[in-house]
Amino acid sequence: MKHYFIVIALLLSSTTGSADTLFVTLEKDNAVAIVDGETGQLLNTVPVGQRPRGVAFGKDKTLLYIATSDDDTIQILDTQTLKVVGALPSGDDPELFKIHPNGQWLYVSNEDGNRVTVIDLSNQKAIAEIAVGVEPEGIAISGDGKWVANTSETTNMVHWIDPAEQKVKANTLVDPRPRAAEFSIDGESLFVSSEIAGSLSRLDVASKQVVDTMFFEIAGVDKALVQPVGVLAHPNNEMLFVALGPANRVAVVDIKTMSVIKYLLVGQRVWNLAFSPDMQRLYTTNGVSNDISIIELADLKVTKSVRVGPYPWGLAVK
Amino acid sequence: MKRKIMKRKKELWLSFFLSFFLTQSFANNVDIKIAFLVENMPVQPALSNLDPALTDEGIQGAVLGVKDNNTTGLFTGHSYQLKTVEVPVGGDVQRMFDALLNEGYQYVIVDVQTSMIKNLSAKAEKKDVLLFNVSSTASELRNSGCSSHLFHLIPSEAMKADALAQWMLKKRWTDWLLIKGRDAEDNEATKALKRSAKRFGIKIVEEKTWNFDHDARRTAQKDIPVFTQGMEYDVLAVADVKGLFGEYLTMNTWLPRPVIGTQGLVPRAWHRTHERWGAVQMQNRFYKQAGRWMNDVDYASWLAVRAIGEAVTRTNSINLHEIKDYLLSEQFSLAGFKGVKLTFRKWNHQLRQPILLATPRSMVSVLPHKEFLHPRTYLDTLGYDKPESNCTF
Repeated sequence: MKHYFIVIALLLSSTTGSADTLFVTLEKDNAVAIVDGETGQLLNTVPVGQRPRGVAFGKDKTLLYIATSDDDTIQILDTQTLKVVGALPSGDDPELFKIHPNGQWLYVSNEDGNRVTVIDLSNQKAIAEIAVGVEPEGIAISGDGKWVANTSETTNMVHWIDPAEQKVKANTLVDPRPRAAEFSIDGESLFVSSEIAGSLSRLDVASKQVVDTMFFEIAGVDKALVQPVGVLAHPNNEMLFVALGPANRVAVVDIKTMSVIKYLLVGQRVWNLAFSPDMQRLYTTNGVSNDISIIELADLKVTKSVRVGPYPWGLAVK
Repeated sequence: MKRKIMKRKKELWLSFFLSFFLTQSFANNVDIKIAFLVENMPVQPALSNLDPALTDEGIQGAVLGVKDNNTTGLFTGHSYQLKTVEVPVGGDVQRMFDALLNEGYQYVIVDVQTSMIKNLSAKAEKKDVLLFNVSSTASELRNSGCSSHLFHLIPSEAMKADALAQWMLKKRWTDWLLIKGRDAEDNEATKALKRSAKRFGIKIVEEKTWNFDHDARRTAQKDIPVFTQGMEYDVLAVADVKGLFGEYLTMNTWLPRPVIGTQGLVPRAWHRTHERWGAVQMQNRFYKQAGRWMNDVDYASWLAVRAIGEAVTRTNSINLHEIKDYLLSEQFSLAGFKGVKLTFRKWNHQLRQPILLATPRSMVSVLPHKEFLHPRTYLDTLGYDKPESNCTF
């Protein structure tokens, strides 16, 4: 029993210490894995609702929101006690979501319902349901909070939502099966990955038009297996990281030239990406190999992979 | 209940609002009429009452496709309508087809017999109508019986057999005992299996025809061990399309051997156990609508409607020639929940697609594996490749 307390104390101290902590949703384990980012040590696995996918912290990072898709809700996990303390009315089959810079509005795509639901976090109520295309997926919110972009996988569009009115203001047709969307740090561009086309498009936020499209080519990898999914912009506004799914690589893209600087070999079916808060590391979830990869950002090298459990999907870091 | 109604109303309002507001950027409001022509066939004598005979096969897939297209249409100003025409057993399919043409239908999904597809496609060429085959797996239609106005959404029997053979080659189960039924469909399936065996270096150690007339349910335990005795093989390949005896081979063979083909491990365009690449969403949407699981014909019908929708959206046109050119162009690609883009083969208009190998409750593998190399795309290791097909338009 004593040992048990010591272990718990150690775990808690490591999750509250200076090192960063990763929360990784495990789609097929109905759990969240907690990993020390610096050492790559798996600290804990916490049971949550069914089919957890999208995940993000609230403003002060004391609460973690987890889209538990098969429970049709977004669960709220207390990051200190590691207990589920509440649930949000997310609508059917919530998948990816983002929180508006105002810290109050949460935008979630309802994959089965062709909707984006807006939830007010202050009173935990759904305040708007916005009709979008078939199988809404990625959500991106511009740094200034003026635009919410949503991709729909079967309609092949980006829907531009104005948060002031919670309405769709424009639609842009993009390459087949768009997945993630990410605004550039300067807010001038929106990047959208298309899984089936194997492309990354740059949209001009002002005109809402596609201005540039790039494809990925990796020697020795069949083109059909290059399927861009997660996209993450480096705060330096120069680099973009694109997870390439079953190509098992993360592409490092030069934003200016829209060309690949380097491919990083990671685990199988790489899905989503996140930085450590100190910008030392990049983390990836690898769905098929059941692990996460840790990349040192300074020299762009993959240094570790950590087994976390069945089907790691999303991740949030604090 | 009340809540549901309220929700519906809200949805309608949203739809109205969106269609009004959003179409401005795409300007035109355009209707696209799609017809679904079904030739009803006499119901097969059921071997068992496990699976109810479906009266809405294919149609449910097309209906879902139209719903999906119309959601996109809200943003593009395109609206899709589906008209289903069922020809009763023994009815005049050609007359119903003519009637559709007279009503101005230019996109017709056909779920009719192979021989009838040939008749209709001759007319389609003359009248400038596109046909979408969603049920015939016949090799003939991908070869000498092909047509410039006919697209195949359903994989051919050859593609399915190639997928099986590739997997067997990977397992190194390369000696097959082939047991076939006696009707024309069984013949077609047998031919496909033998073609694939030859392509992938598989040896058919013996080929036997199932000639028993009685109900296999009662006598399988006695008949099958004797029937399969006296030869050495790795797997038993069966060609019994109607399912008159194939189901009873498993666990009744003389030697302990797995069964593949029309029963046992089966090659499918779609299967209820498929859940990768977003397929869960598709399974859920279909089940919610139809109250049953999606099958190959439903999937092919959904693909047909989506292919038309994709071409209309991208070309922003309903001109038949522009649509057809786009379907065959490099730009066209369809997302079909199989992890790769689906495109048409220019030489016979067959939709390239991976094949699922499944047992009743598990997905065993999705073929082709990337190790099966091909200069164009590994998907072209399935079915009639360009040099093999004798289709000329």
